[in-house]
Amino acid sequence: MTWVNVVVQGLLLGGLYALFATGLSLMFGVMRLVNLAHGDLSIVAAFLALAIVDQVHVNPLWTLLVVVPLMGGVGYLLQRGLLNFTLRGGDPLPPVLVTFGLSIILQNLLLEVFSADSQGLDAGRLENASIRISDRLAVGWFPLLTLVTAVAVLVGLQLVLTRTRLGRSFRATSDDPEAASLVGLDPRHVFAMATAIALATVAVAGLFLGVRTTFTPSIGPTRLIFAFEAVIIGGLGSIWGTLAGGLVLGVAQTLGAQLSPGWGVLAGHLVFLAVLAFRPTGLLGREVPA
Amino acid sequence: MTAAVVRVQRATLPSRIGLAVGLAAVLVLALGPLWALDSVLRTLISVFTLLALAQMWNLLAGYAGLVSIGQQAYVGLGAYGLLLFADTLGLPLVVAVLAAAVAGTLIAVPTALLAFRLRGGYFAIGTWVIAEVYRLVVTNVAQLGGGSGLTLRAASSFDRTTRLYLTYELALAVGVGTVAVTYLLLRRRLGLALTAIRDGEQSAQSLGVPVFRTKFVVYLVAAFGCSLAGAVIYLNLLRVQPEAAFSVNWTAFMIFIVVIGGVGTIEGPIIGTIVFFVLQETLSGYGAWYLVLLGAVAVVVTVAARRGLWGLVADRTGWSLFPVQRRLEERW
Repeated sequence: MTWVNVVVQGLLLGGLYALFATGLSLMFGVMRLVNLAHGDLSIVAAFLALAIVDQVHVNPLWTLLVVVPLMGGVGYLLQRGLLNFTLRGGDPLPPVLVTFGLSIILQNLLLEVFSADSQGLDAGRLENASIRISDRLAVGWFPLLTLVTAVAVLVGLQLVLTRTRLGRSFRATSDDPEAASLVGLDPRHVFAMATAIALATVAVAGLFLGVRTTFTPSIGPTRLIFAFEAVIIGGLGSIWGTLAGGLVLGVAQTLGAQLSPGWGVLAGHLVFLAVLAFRPTGLLGREVPA
Repeated sequence: MTAAVVRVQRATLPSRIGLAVGLAAVLVLALGPLWALDSVLRTLISVFTLLALAQMWNLLAGYAGLVSIGQQAYVGLGAYGLLLFADTLGLPLVVAVLAAAVAGTLIAVPTALLAFRLRGGYFAIGTWVIAEVYRLVVTNVAQLGGGSGLTLRAASSFDRTTRLYLTYELALAVGVGTVAVTYLLLRRRLGLALTAIRDGEQSAQSLGVPVFRTKFVVYLVAAFGCSLAGAVIYLNLLRVQPEAAFSVNWTAFMIFIVVIGGVGTIEGPIIGTIVFFVLQETLSGYGAWYLVLLGAVAVVVTVAARRGLWGLVADRTGWSLFPVQRRLEERW
């Protein structure tokens, strides 16, 4: 029963990782841009929520109403004002350098503003309440809510991509930016909309992370790495792959940690490397590897 | 009508002057223990080793398009290799430094085979993950001191001054060596292959350029250089901890230096290293703001002046201190 519990907790943790992976996957899918500041932006969202809670003393989940649109706006401006300029010419170097520089800037700005202290978002009773299934197995309401939210975000994104004008413009621009601009789409605007949606999901992920555990200005890169591993394990270009990748990573980490406390994160890395070695298209990937 | 006689020319007047000045500077620096204070020598050890790291990152990213954020793996492996070969196996220090670099290169073989399955930005994070794997493995091995690390004991057989001079000369050799090796490699077929790959990977492949092998060789050379620099850095620092030795900050510094100096030029990392140290000495009191500034400079330079400080100089003057390109001169 202990092992069942470990796997269940891993699946729930995986929901959070899938949430983190969504935005990374979307930005790569639409414009082949890998945003190395992805994790740091989620921590920015968590600190924004913290700052709001400090002022108005509400349950941090209410701050989603402010932080999500705000980060979406930040995403739009970031793409139009900076990241679009790194995509000219198809050279892979500028996007990596600029987003890595951005990551360093954000970490150190957060450090100056909020100090290196560990912070947490207190969601009150929701945080510790759980559904007891048996003596050894309990499912926390909040981790369950995280997993449900991740599925909802992924399904919502899938619907946007397949059913809406915006989704069509994403797919068209992704296939061929020049042809898309010939039929009246502005790739700069389309890319900015994709980044806006990506950062909106990043904001949700950062907030749920902040409720689930403590955070500091320097943990962004680890979040980026987990998101990336979920994307690669699941397979590029597949919404359900992203969910599967997150779940596999979560289970690998909790199983590893159960074997020996120091091996949790390492076990996740090893599963990622195994996928890279033996199934580079990922579990559900359809395309050639990245 | 006279037929044009075309001659392939590489050296130029500025490059000949540059080479002479450079060799003189290396000679003066090699005599450093005769004229410099110990504190100056210590600073120069950091300067030379960072130059080596930056030049290796430049070779990877600037010439082979391999944007690694995992070069800290080799700094850490070099450091732990030094401990293993010098303390556990009892090899002489200089031999241990070289053995550590060879060990780092051997570990780079499977690393490259895995990481090369990813491209562009995903290659960058992939190399970072692999560096994290090495850090976590070292942290979990009690014999390597776990999370709290180890101290190099072999160094205590030397007196302080001898060890400082030895480390200094090694650091200078590593710094100058990486510049020279990069230059010589780029003048050979490898340089032509890299240029062809940069201009179009698929067309290069179709013309028979061995794309995979070329990148693989560059990755191994960079792993060797970074492991070597890592070993020398920790021969100076003595205390090795996994958090510090495998810190992504090593790669962050390499990136700043190369971007500010000029990516894809041999001169760039040299200028970048000097600028980086001047900034560090002047601004280190500002703590995190200093890193915010470095990040902002890297972002602005990448977007607005992609070829860095040396690019600005070269565009205005046409100078090239390390002529790797072939110029055609017509003689009538």
